[in-house]
Parts: sequence; C-alpha cells; structure tokens
Amino acid sequence: MHDDPTPGSSSRRNKLRAWLEQARFFTEEMYSARYRGAIARARRDEDDLFMLLVFAEMMGLQNPASYYTLELQPLLLERFHEWHQRMGMEHSPLDHFRCC
Amino acid sequence: MSAIFLLVVGLGAMALGYFVYSKFIAQKIYQLDPDFKTPAHEFEDGVDYVPTNRFVLWGHHFTSVAGAAPIVGPAIAVIWGWAPAFLWVVFGTIFFAGIHDFGAIWASVRNKAKSVGALTGDVVGTRARSIFMIVIFLVLLMVNAVFAVVIAGLMMNFPSAVVPVWGAIIVALIIGQMIYRRILGLALVSVIGVIALYVLIGIGPSVPLQMPAEVAGMSGNAVWIILLFGYAAIASLLPVWMLLQPRDYINGLQLFIGLLILYGALVLLNPTLVAPAFNSDVPAGTPSLIPLLFVTIACGAISGFHGLVSSGTTSKQLNKETDARFVGYFGAVGEGMLALAAILAATAGFATLGDWQAMYTAFGQGGVNAFVEGGAFIIHNGLGLPEVTAATLLTVMAALFAGTTMDTGLRLQRYIFQEWGEIYNQPWMKKPSIATGLAVGTCLLLAFGAGGADGSGGLIIWPLFGTTNQLLAGLTLLVITVMLVRMKRPVWYTLAPLCFLLVMTIMALLIQLRTFWNQGNMFLLVLDIVVLVAAIMVAMECAAALKRSRAEAALQND
Repeated sequence: MHDDPTPGSSSRRNKLRAWLEQARFFTEEMYSARYRGAIARARRDEDDLFMLLVFAEMMGLQNPASYYTLELQPLLLERFHEWHQRMGMEHSPLDHFRCC
Repeated sequence: MSAIFLLVVGLGAMALGYFVYSKFIAQKIYQLDPDFKTPAHEFEDGVDYVPTNRFVLWGHHFTSVAGAAPIVGPAIAVIWGWAPAFLWVVFGTIFFAGIHDFGAIWASVRNKAKSVGALTGDVVGTRARSIFMIVIFLVLLMVNAVFAVVIAGLMMNFPSAVVPVWGAIIVALIIGQMIYRRILGLALVSVIGVIALYVLIGIGPSVPLQMPAEVAGMSGNAVWIILLFGYAAIASLLPVWMLLQPRDYINGLQLFIGLLILYGALVLLNPTLVAPAFNSDVPAGTPSLIPLLFVTIACGAISGFHGLVSSGTTSKQLNKETDARFVGYFGAVGEGMLALAAILAATAGFATLGDWQAMYTAFGQGGVNAFVEGGAFIIHNGLGLPEVTAATLLTVMAALFAGTTMDTGLRLQRYIFQEWGEIYNQPWMKKPSIATGLAVGTCLLLAFGAGGADGSGGLIIWPLFGTTNQLLAGLTLLVITVMLVRMKRPVWYTLAPLCFLLVMTIMALLIQLRTFWNQGNMFLLVLDIVVLVAAIMVAMECAAALKRSRAEAALQND
C-alpha cells in the first residue's frame, strides 16, 4: 500500500519528526518556563485550602461534607506532613494522627 | 552616512564584545566553573528552581528585560545627534550592561540564587539594603508613570493603533483560555495568535478610534492615562495564566518578528542618516550632553532593572554556571540591538534634515513618536508595506511592551506595599486590592504631578527615571565588586563602570535640580532631592564597603 520507503526518505522523516519534537519542546518551554513557579504556587494555595476542608472536622471545625471527605483522608495522608509544616505547625496538630 | 554601515559597525562591535571581552571576563574575572552545582540543581523543586535549557532561558531573560525603555531612551537621546547615542549604546552594552547583567547572574548563583536586594544586605550591609528598597520603589513608580504617559501619547497620535492594542489583550485572554483548558496545542495556538494580531494590525488603520480632545472636563490624554492604570490594576490582580502568560508569549514572538521586519527593511532600503552626527543646533532648553546622555539612555546601555530579573528568576533556573555568559551577556547584546534599531529608525527614517528637525523641536520631544514614524518610513520604502500599517505595527509593538512593563511594575509595587504592611503591622495594607490601589494612586500622582492636568508633560521625568535606574545598577555593580575584592580578583572591570555611573548620575541630578528650581516645579524638585539623597548615600556606601572589604582581605593576607 505504501511505496517501499527507501532508507533515505525514512531517515528524512525521522529527522523531520525530531525537528518538530524539538520545536514543540522549545515553544512549550517558552510558554511555561517563566511562570512555572507562580502557577505552581497558586495551585499549592488551592490544594492547601482543600486540605483544610478535608481535615477540618478533626481540628474542631464543623464541616457538613465530612462524611464524604473522610474517604479522602488516606489519599491525602502523604501530603499531610508538608501541609501542616507549611501552615506553621511544626508538629501534627491532631492528637490521634501523628506523622512526625 | 549609510545606515547599513552603522548597523554593521554596531553589531560587529557587540559581537566582538561577546566573543572576546565576555570570554575574558568569564575566564579571568568571574572564573566560571562548569562543574559548580548551580542552585537550580542544588534546590531543584520543580517550582522555582528548575534547570532550564540555556536557549530557552535566554529567550525568557531577553523578553523580560527588553521593553519600551530601550526604544524610548535612545529615540529621545538622538536629539544630540546620532553619534553620542550610538557610541553610548555600543560601548555601554559591551563594557557596562553585559558585565552588569552577567555579573548579577553570577553573583546570585554563587549565593544560593538570592535576589540582588537580599545580596546587598548580606554582602554590603543592612543600611544598603534599605536604600535598595527605596530605590526599587522609586524606579517602579517612575517606570509606571512614564510608560502610562508614553502609551497615552501613542494612542492620541496614532488612533489607528487603538483597536489592535486593545484587541491584542482580548486575543491574549482567548489564547490563555485555549491553552489552560487544553483546547488546542501550543504550536497551533501560537500561529493563530500571531495571525490574529497581524489581522488586527491590518484592519487598525481602517477603524481609527480618536479619543475626543475633551471628555468630562479632562483632556483625551488624561483619560487614556486613567484608563491605562485601570487596565494595569486589573491585569496585575488577575492570575498570571489568564493574561500575563499568554500576552508575554505573544509579545515575545512579536518582538522577534518586529525586529526582523525592521532590520530586514533597513538592509533592503539602506537609508541615509539625515540627522547630524553631532547636533550643534540643539533646540533651546536642551540640557548638556554630558551627563544627561548617560541617564537618558539607561536600558540599551545599562539598566539596574536587569539585575532584578537576573537575580530573581534567571539565576534559579541556570543549568550550568558557564551558561551565565550566554544568558546574561548575550541578553544585554539583544537589548543593545533593540536600542540600535531605535537609533537608526529615529535618525534615518526621515526624508530630509528639515523633517527630522520638525520632529525634535524640544528636549523630550520626538522619542517614541520619532521611532514609530521613522521606522514606518523605513518599512514602507524597504518592504512596500503601506506607511500607516507599518506605523500601526510599530506602535503596537511599543505599546504592548510598555503595557507589559506597567502591569508587572504595578504587581511588584503591590508586593512592596504588602511587605510594608507586614513589617509595620498594618493588616489593611496587606490586602491585594488596597495595596494595588495605593500603587496606582502614587503613580497617578506622579504622572499628573509632573505633567500637569493633561498629563502630557510626564516625559519630563524620563531622565529622572534613568538616574534611579542607574543607581540600582550601581548597587548591583557594588555587590559584584565587593565579592571580587573578597576573592582577591581584579576589580577594575566592575569598579570603573560603577564610578562612572555614580559620577554621571549625581551630576545629572544636580543639573536637573537647577532646571526644576528655575521652572518652579516644586513637585519634581522634591523628587529630585529624594533621588539625590539616595544617590549620595549609595556613593558613601560604596566607599565604606570597599574600604571595609579591602581591610578584611588584607587581614587575611597577614
């Protein structure tokens, strides 16, 4: 169905593909590199708020959605330590929930 | 004199500067080490500290430092003739800006990628750090006020650019959404964005929007200034991905395309420089060339603002220490090329000497308008584009740059107000909306305080902006010099530019002080005194810090 590709044309195609790949890499880096930090920080702020919602009940804040957020706690456990340190609490604020 | 000849001489000299002088500085003075673990590797976190490809980093560094200032400054300074501006841009780029930008990256990389402000505190002293904060605030204040005046002037003079300039913001907003929501890939979006921008530039001349001379008791110019600050305030509060990121990207593409068009037209047309090499017939009231030339052209020859970019973001992303030479020094060369294009457009883009003299009727006149009209003349005759379209293209280029600088500047000023709120325990000042309001308020005060009720005279503060910018550069050079003294390396390559800058800045401030006094402009007189006091304090800090570090170095020898 295809004409048999000569080694020359396939290597040309590979070269072109590599070149396109390179161009894509440069444009994406040009777009994102400068603001990577600012966007990652904004995202972290949103995540921090979400952590507060999930762990609110444990800290004595009433949260009507806690029945649902309870399920998420094990999933967010990995981030818990970093989060409470970022929030200015050196050790885990929860009595029954020790991570450090 | 042929424009191509001047272009070749200028570019050749800058190339020599990069290949010979910067290599010497890299090997003998800064002694870059390819095996040094840069902060990007040491603290790599995927957020701030990310090792980045040097070409990408250069692109970011260059588009962050290149703005409207290397266009406006040289286009004002050619009033003394093309030769002084040309020589200062070429020699300034080689011996001042390159060393300064390159050195700022090096100093920061060697100190855990700290910003120049923090470095001033560590290396020189806490008193110097306080002066640094005040100088930064003044630079931002002036840059915002001046650029608002520049864009307002452009909008009044070139009504054909109103639709493309504001349309570009809408294009950027749409692109931002497309990429954020992953509707289209970046390559396609870039092509669409550039085409949309150029379509807008194409239709701009057929839908000119002229602001009425008077709106609600205010001049058209004043209305533009207020609208621009309204825009900048909103833009500086939006999340960066929404407007800032896509617009900077489109601006970056536009910068390369614009420079290519201008340089291409220059080469094809080879116009003659109609302006004199040294203007012996300067309009009345033009200040003396020495020292004012050295503060009128700041960006394009040396600018302290670059130190903030070099040390704040670039140094955190440097992959290898040896990349600093390419990113920093060649970034300065890129800016020098932009300034060179501005000089050529503003001196060769006129049919006769009479036309040129009609543009430069007084000091501060001409400026960016001369760049647009001269550049349009060259593009029209070189590439055959209609003159009004070419003028619209260059106006859009200048206005978008100035606009980007304005909202970045407002954002930074807001951070300073918020930091003051933190330091002096004023919770209300920490709110983004109030801090932005304070920033806009001070800038408006300056724009109208300096330029009268219609704001059109605001360019009077341009040299004052230059002096403050040079002071900032002086502080960065001081940090580098003190580091070199401590490492017992030759200091003349940074100390000589530092001394030259301080002397010219203080002289310029004293001359302007007399001018403002004679004009009875108390507002600018007070501002000049504030900058002068800061300049004298910087000079004294320099003397004290160098004496101290020399004594320390001598003590180590014993």
